[in-house]
Amino acid sequence: MISRRKLLATTAAATTLAAMGGTVALAQDGPIRIGMGMAMSGGLAAGGKAALLAYQIWAEEVNARGGLLGRQVELVTYDDQSNPSTVPGIYSKLIDVDGVDIVISGYATVPTAAAMPVIMQKRKLFLSLFALAANDQFNYDRYFQLQPNGPNAKVEFSKGYFELAMALPEKPKTVALVGADAEFSILALEGARENAEMHGLEIVYDQTYPPNTIDFASIVRTIKAAAPDLLYIGSYPPDSAGMIRAVHEAGFKAQMVGGGMIGLQFAGLKTQLGEMLNNVTYYDLYVPEPTMQFPGIDAFLVRYRERAAAAGVDPLGIYIPPFAYAEMQILERAVTEVGSLDDGALADFIRKTTFDTVVGQIAFGERGEWAAPRILTCQFQGIEGSGVEQFGEAGRQVILHPPEYKSGEHRHPFPASA
Amino acid sequence: MSSLSTPYVEDRRGGLPRTLVWLGLAAAIGVVLFTVLGRFNSEYAYLAAYGVLQYVVLATGWNILGGYAGYVNFGAAGFYALGVYGSVFLYKLFPDLPVPVMVLVAAGVGALFGLGMGYLTLRLRGVFFSIGTLALSVILHTVIVNWEFVGGARGAYIIRPEDAPFFSSYAAYLCALMFVLAVIAVAIARTVQHSWLGRGLAAIRDDETAAECSGVASLKLKLAATSLSGAVLAMAGAPFPFFITYVDPATAFSLTVAVNTIAMPVIGGMATWIGPVVGAVLIGSLQQLATVTISSSANLLIVGLLLVVFTSIAPFGIMGLLSRRRTVR
Amino acid sequence: MSMELFGNALLSGLLLGGFYAAVAVGITIAFGMLDIVNIAHPAFIMLGAFVAYWLNVEYGLDPLLAALVAAPFAYIAGRGLYRYYHGVFERRSEDSLQGLAFFFGLLFVVEVSLLLVFGVDYRFVSAPYIGPSLTFGDYSVPYRMLVPFLAGLGVVALIALYLGRTFTGRAILAVSQDPGALRLVGGNPVKIKEAAFGLSIATAMLAGALLVIIQPIEPSMGREFIGRAFAICVLGGMTSLLGTVVAGAILGVAEAMTTTYVGAAWGPAVSFGLLLITLAVRPSGIFGR
Repeated sequence: MISRRKLLATTAAATTLAAMGGTVALAQDGPIRIGMGMAMSGGLAAGGKAALLAYQIWAEEVNARGGLLGRQVELVTYDDQSNPSTVPGIYSKLIDVDGVDIVISGYATVPTAAAMPVIMQKRKLFLSLFALAANDQFNYDRYFQLQPNGPNAKVEFSKGYFELAMALPEKPKTVALVGADAEFSILALEGARENAEMHGLEIVYDQTYPPNTIDFASIVRTIKAAAPDLLYIGSYPPDSAGMIRAVHEAGFKAQMVGGGMIGLQFAGLKTQLGEMLNNVTYYDLYVPEPTMQFPGIDAFLVRYRERAAAAGVDPLGIYIPPFAYAEMQILERAVTEVGSLDDGALADFIRKTTFDTVVGQIAFGERGEWAAPRILTCQFQGIEGSGVEQFGEAGRQVILHPPEYKSGEHRHPFPASA
Repeated sequence: MSSLSTPYVEDRRGGLPRTLVWLGLAAAIGVVLFTVLGRFNSEYAYLAAYGVLQYVVLATGWNILGGYAGYVNFGAAGFYALGVYGSVFLYKLFPDLPVPVMVLVAAGVGALFGLGMGYLTLRLRGVFFSIGTLALSVILHTVIVNWEFVGGARGAYIIRPEDAPFFSSYAAYLCALMFVLAVIAVAIARTVQHSWLGRGLAAIRDDETAAECSGVASLKLKLAATSLSGAVLAMAGAPFPFFITYVDPATAFSLTVAVNTIAMPVIGGMATWIGPVVGAVLIGSLQQLATVTISSSANLLIVGLLLVVFTSIAPFGIMGLLSRRRTVR
Repeated sequence: MSMELFGNALLSGLLLGGFYAAVAVGITIAFGMLDIVNIAHPAFIMLGAFVAYWLNVEYGLDPLLAALVAAPFAYIAGRGLYRYYHGVFERRSEDSLQGLAFFFGLLFVVEVSLLLVFGVDYRFVSAPYIGPSLTFGDYSVPYRMLVPFLAGLGVVALIALYLGRTFTGRAILAVSQDPGALRLVGGNPVKIKEAAFGLSIATAMLAGALLVIIQPIEPSMGREFIGRAFAICVLGGMTSLLGTVVAGAILGVAEAMTTTYVGAAWGPAVSFGLLLITLAVRPSGIFGR
């Protein structure tokens, strides 16, 4: 809802701009165009298409409300094919040739990093979705990243896990670290290594496996032979499923099993693994627990779920889409309150403001990351059968850490039946 | 393919004047290309041209071995990645090293690796050689993934300068560099084709055993071809880290590079140096065009259909199609 | 203890090898016997996986049964594809490399079509043998790996029987050795190769069903198997079905052993290094002529 005063301010700003040059006035008649390269095919497409649906839902809503600054919003999207080589070309075309007003990132670290030089040269505002520490090297001041990693991403993914471990009645002494040879999991393992050493845990197994591994039995048996008290896994969807299965098939037991496992947030893997997930302790970003009832989230998820099947994306949509939607909420408020599309002014506003979004309050800090990290350490509890509905209910993915969002008690050991 | 086995007409008009003509022609093409690209007044023109020119280098380099000698290298992405990671390695040691120096180093490393691959041909022929090259590429991939210094599986960031001297932007500079590499690659391919080396390789392609019997020093020729080919392929990868600024092994060893590098000479025509150039320019441009005009996953579908259609229309390559029109067999 | 570890690694390696054999047998027929560089084969495997998924979710069909249902259709489609390939490439060119770009294009077409039809989300199937394990003493075998192993071996055995015992089968073997010879005895090599290629695509349906039994799937996953599948075919000696099985087992065991004793990260280097060494000793593969 735009208040009358804001509307007045907007109109005033628009008039000033129009006075500055006729071309700007002309541009004001057309829609506001938001450009992005997004993974719609290839390995990252599952995330990319889900994010895109969230953007589309936002665009339809904002247009129904009368648009931004009185102009309709239009998304200009290209498929980066999950191939980063296409990304620099896509972004320079979006900016130079298509003349979009705002650019946002594609899904995940690699395409975001590949777009950075073009974005930085044009001094564009760059909102980014789920890129890990991509701005650490560039230090670009108009970059803002939506995943709640905080300034020191790598230790955050395992911080909660290890704090919970050290609070166990029977204090663990050893840990096994295992993960896929790819960007996220390597980073998560690095952080886990640091956390483990900080807590004085002995690392008895520390190995990676190639991303296309199919059989995890040998890995799990070797870990089992090392008999660790804790097992920390950094993995992507296919291997998250493979590891959880193999852990059960090999009869592996430990005080805690889980870690930085991508995929356990998706309905597909949740329903397939079902009861095997009980007592798995993993990271998440949003779960439908009573401590996380942010305004607007339920309404958004309803709209998303209505359309997920037709779009062929994750039917639950609690991992990426709410953050993509929150990204647009931030953009919407910035554009409305700044009253223009000036990249510098928008970046200044976003840097200084705390935003209320469907995923909670967001304020940006160092290098455009969340000022305060909010990675959740969750645990699957009371999963029965393979119904998808239960994962949309409270009490199934219980938040154990950080304490301010805690919604249940830590259950141990693993597996649940033992 | 009998058109392939026609002995090449000896080029006796060689020597310095002819070389100068070719250099002049290359310079003229360069001037025209950059005038046109400059007209667009956009980074995009340079970035798109970079991609196409990169494939000209790759396709031309691959064809020196694959087209002239008939040894099909499935590990082109491995050589490309060698160039990419050569630059990453040098960047980590000397961040201010100019890119052309990195290209030279990459060419050297690529040539050495190519020489190693050449010794495979001692034992392996035909498809067995091809799988051998694929194996080399996989082994190299594993080494890179486990090599922390160049970023390992996590990847490496390269911070490039904001702009380059004498050029309107860094993208223009990279594009110009890639154009020079393309000229060098084509010059090498053309020289090889018209020299004793090219004729020897053609003899090997047609019948290696017969060539050996008639006194062709086949191993020496093959080693020359694998080294040259390897050097050119690696060269193509060297500027890439500065183009993309973030490299991970999956990007450097991508399937798209591996297969495009083979598909483009096949589509253009493998008998002469011009085939790979035509194939790379045509397919590279069309792929680029599809990516930035079709705003959905259907663009990859179009790319796929284009390959299917082109190979179906011209199973001997486009140059084969053209020459066939002229000389009815 | 370490004996148990070794035994279990051997066991999981062999199981994996059975699945690899199922993936590679189609390549052995198309590439080894017919000289068709079908790098789109893994994409057809993904097609098989999605068909198995669809029949499983919509009609509750067992994935293996679903593969049996899909196989005849795939066979017919494979025949059609070969007829096209033959008309365009084989009749005009002797160089099988010409087909490579064609199949690369086809790989994208199949992959994106799957994506447009089924979406990008991870898909999976349910079957009674996904979950439990067979345990004896210190050793345990998950049925999820055992079933693909047995089914993979079963299909290769059936194909071996077909090739050895039937007229068409023997003709396929003859064509793979010398296309001209068959024409001399009055057979039509094109028809024979058509049948063989149909068979090759049909095996992709089964390999796909086995894949979706083992792990969740997504359309672009097939690309991961291109290198391994071709390597197994070549290592086995191109035309030998027994070679395919043995080579699959070698790769599977090599991966499992590397995982156990060196670290899984070096798995690809070890198995492909092994491939290189084997080829250096026996340049035409283990069971090559």
